[in-house]
Amino acid sequence: MLNRGRNIEKGRVITRRMFILAAAKILLFAGISSRLYNLQISDREKYEILSDKNRIREWKTPPQRGIIVDNFNKVLASNDRVFQLHLILDEINDFDLTIFKIKNIIGLDQFEIKKLYKKKERLKPWDTLVVSDNLTWEQFSKINLYLHELEGAKPVLSTSRFYPYSNDLVHIVGYVGDASPKDLEKPEIKENFVPGLKVGKYGIENSQEKMLIGNYGIKRYEVNASGKRISQIDYIKERQGNKVNLTIDIEIQKYAQELLKGKAGSICAMDIYTGEVVAMASSPTYDPNKFTHGINQKDWQEIRNNPLKPLLNKSIAGLYSPGSTFKPLVALAALEYGILDPNKTIRCKGHNHPYELYGVKYHCWKKEGHGYMRLRNAIKQSCDIYFYEMARLLGVDKLSIIAKRYGLGTNVLGEIYNDEKKGLVPDTKWKRRVLEQSWYLGETVINGIGQGYIQTTPLQLCLMTAQIANGGYKIKPHIIKDESINYKSVINKIKLDQSNFPLHERNYLDDINVEYYQRMYHKKSNINFVLDAMFGSTNEQYGTSYKSRYDDPKYQFAGKTGTSQVRKITDLDRELDLDTEQIEYKKRDHALYVAFAPYKDPRYAISVIIEHGGSGSKAAAPLASKLIKRIIDRHKLREQFNNGNTSLA
Amino acid sequence: MLRERIQASNYSFLDKLRSIDYLLILLIIAIGSISVFAIYSTEGGKFSFYTKNHIIRLSVFFSLFLVLSFVRVSTWYKNAYLFYIVGLILLITVLFFGISASGATRWINLYFLNLQPSELMKIAVIICFARYYHRIQSSDIQSYKFLIQPVILLIIPCYLVIQQPDLGTSILIAGSGIAIIWLAGLNIKYFVYSGLLLLVSLPFAISVLKPYQKSRILTFFNPDRDPLGAGYQIIQSKIAIGSGGFFGKGYLKGTQSYLEFLPEKHTDFIFTLFSEEFGFLGSIILLFLYILLIYRIINVGLVSRSFFAKLYCFGFATAIFLYVFVNISMVLGMLPIVGAPLPIMSYGGSSLLSIMLGLSIVMSCKIYNQEQISVY
Repeated sequence: MLNRGRNIEKGRVITRRMFILAAAKILLFAGISSRLYNLQISDREKYEILSDKNRIREWKTPPQRGIIVDNFNKVLASNDRVFQLHLILDEINDFDLTIFKIKNIIGLDQFEIKKLYKKKERLKPWDTLVVSDNLTWEQFSKINLYLHELEGAKPVLSTSRFYPYSNDLVHIVGYVGDASPKDLEKPEIKENFVPGLKVGKYGIENSQEKMLIGNYGIKRYEVNASGKRISQIDYIKERQGNKVNLTIDIEIQKYAQELLKGKAGSICAMDIYTGEVVAMASSPTYDPNKFTHGINQKDWQEIRNNPLKPLLNKSIAGLYSPGSTFKPLVALAALEYGILDPNKTIRCKGHNHPYELYGVKYHCWKKEGHGYMRLRNAIKQSCDIYFYEMARLLGVDKLSIIAKRYGLGTNVLGEIYNDEKKGLVPDTKWKRRVLEQSWYLGETVINGIGQGYIQTTPLQLCLMTAQIANGGYKIKPHIIKDESINYKSVINKIKLDQSNFPLHERNYLDDINVEYYQRMYHKKSNINFVLDAMFGSTNEQYGTSYKSRYDDPKYQFAGKTGTSQVRKITDLDRELDLDTEQIEYKKRDHALYVAFAPYKDPRYAISVIIEHGGSGSKAAAPLASKLIKRIIDRHKLREQFNNGNTSLA
Repeated sequence: MLRERIQASNYSFLDKLRSIDYLLILLIIAIGSISVFAIYSTEGGKFSFYTKNHIIRLSVFFSLFLVLSFVRVSTWYKNAYLFYIVGLILLITVLFFGISASGATRWINLYFLNLQPSELMKIAVIICFARYYHRIQSSDIQSYKFLIQPVILLIIPCYLVIQQPDLGTSILIAGSGIAIIWLAGLNIKYFVYSGLLLLVSLPFAISVLKPYQKSRILTFFNPDRDPLGAGYQIIQSKIAIGSGGFFGKGYLKGTQSYLEFLPEKHTDFIFTLFSEEFGFLGSIILLFLYILLIYRIINVGLVSRSFFAKLYCFGFATAIFLYVFVNISMVLGMLPIVGAPLPIMSYGGSSLLSIMLGLSIVMSCKIYNQEQISVY
């Protein structure tokens, strides 16, 4: 019985303990259920997103770059069909073997293979390796022939940048290349970048990236855990970049470039009312197409080591003393401030009796002297003595106000070119601030003939000429078509203002900001005087560019020559009086010429600079003359086209 | 004594059939069928290797279960120690002749099946302990003399299994052994003390763990520590379950498993796949089936007369609970990944065999529930 009692007790213990355990089990199961609830109901969305992220992988498809066209919609930068070879890395079992086979088929050298391996290291295992982005047709067809032997190889028909006018436009349009880490910091590139995409490196290609780059497409694939594509789910098509419409006329640009062939220099042409840059040539030049697929070392060294500096965009980044081309502006400033009567005569006595100031001698360029000069003749024949005296009377600060107003000392095209130079228009404050010295009167004197501290770019000189030629109105120079400007109304407005000649309400002699298409002058007669003197310089006997003139009023133009010294002329030089050809190239003067045409009812301004070309009248003016004829011949076409009659294109 | 024997032998076949727990059989069939569908899904909806094998094993072992159910419970009782010794011998055999896979030596090649003795040991320990405590008087249970024996009996197989290495199974073996000691009525203070001791010795225990086990434990506390390495399984499993939502992604539509983001989806992570495809609702239903199964097993214990049957059923129920709990908590990221299959659901012959064996003993307890078992 005792045994029985014990057994009952034991049975009770077991049952009791079982129930305690059962309670614990229920609690733990409840814990599991609440966890399930948490994952599957509370946090469901979070895990759904994670699951989609897992199973869906995106491949970006590169967009086509926007095209660049000239004023007449001629394509300056297009997208050409190219043959490429891609390797889909996750389809390759033996990378080395595949590369070896490809090497034998298309003939890669050791250097290229090394580069491929380096490239591969940076890619993810499911990425695509671009083996070559520009195969020849022969290589491409060979690859297709052996395709069954090449795992993961994918011959691709793609597009790449092509510049049909290669050398003629590189300084304007620029070129593209592989994106550098610095490029990738730019938001417009960062947001739209796809591996292998070419980005703008210079010029319009670079500064208009936002317009040109377009948006990449997205192909979404369902993939498995090892990244293999199972099926395509979604395809958002890529969007081609926008068209960029330039104001350049490719025919004139080409001709300008041709005129500069074999020389170092620049030619700029501008519409004096609309501010459209019609041509902006810089020489020597180079082929932007070479950069698209990575330039080879030899070509690069050739460009880099050329002493004539092809990489320098001379129109906007070349700095030159304006020389005598500055004289019309000096004369205008003197007249505007009423410093001198244009009928005042000054005698130029030649090298034997130079201009003297505090014991320092200043010579005229003409050895035998000009004799008695009035202002008009002084501009026409470019007499330095007259301008020394005039500058002395005017003072550098007043001159700098007018020079800056007419476009010197600031960027002409704003943000378009990252290498555009501002140049320098000196004044007394500038010298004290930057050089921490006081201004000498002698510096004012040589400033009067465009020498000394003053530095200008060819495009600035072109703008200066344009703004004098249009009657002294401020224009907005630009190289990309600006749809917001109604050219017709702008021209009409300026012409109406010219003829109305109302009373001046503002004092235009102060250092003020002038609005676009507003007058910049104080007295209209002063502008007309300068224009007339420039007419004389080209179209009258003894004028410095008389030989380049046209008698036909359709082409007749007015201009001003300039010769910019690259070093100080010594007494010995004066004695020797060598011809340009006899001087060492580096020491020769720069030849300059600015002009506007046609003289009656002018429309275009032009500036020409030939580095170390000698005198402006011999080296620069004849080129300007040729180009002016071409520009005027094409004027009607341009006018019709811009007024909406596109059928003539 | 004589009466009992007569009573036992007097069970007619009809009586036996009548006392079978049909609900239990129904539950086994239900969970078994679900497992076939789940494994079919792991193969992406193709009727191939795993599905075929699983169906064959299920039918063979289920038949075995039915046959063994009619073995007298006293026979199980008599051979309990033998069962344990055979298990131990097999474990030692693994040590010398075992075959290896992915860094662990756990299996013996039996040609038709790679037997994993540690799985059998799970049952062996329960049946052995049930017999041991069956004969011990309740007054003796608290004495050290009678406590030291089961502790040794437990430590030997656990140590052997850890050596394989297989921490998960070892913990499950220990768990079910301790459960029976608890059921037998050992004073609660022993559990408290040994629990404290375990906590204190935990740092030392961790220092002897294999590097992969350590990393699993570290990863458990912070799965993002190494999302593509040790944390991968936990993260992907949680993503799969969480993205299932209330109704699930639909049968054969679980993207996580279909696209092979889930590791070991047909064994340890079968619940993840099921939960992804059938959602919260399906998971709760499956969980409920397991609860029912455990309840039925406990019920058998309650209606059994002998302590052996009671201890065995309660112990086995606790073991099933432990397997289910550890496995699901693991895939839900509540416990470290230790490698514990989900009973019946997971693909794996040994695990299925031992569960079916265990269930057949339960059924035998049910059929012969009136049988008294002599202490000697």
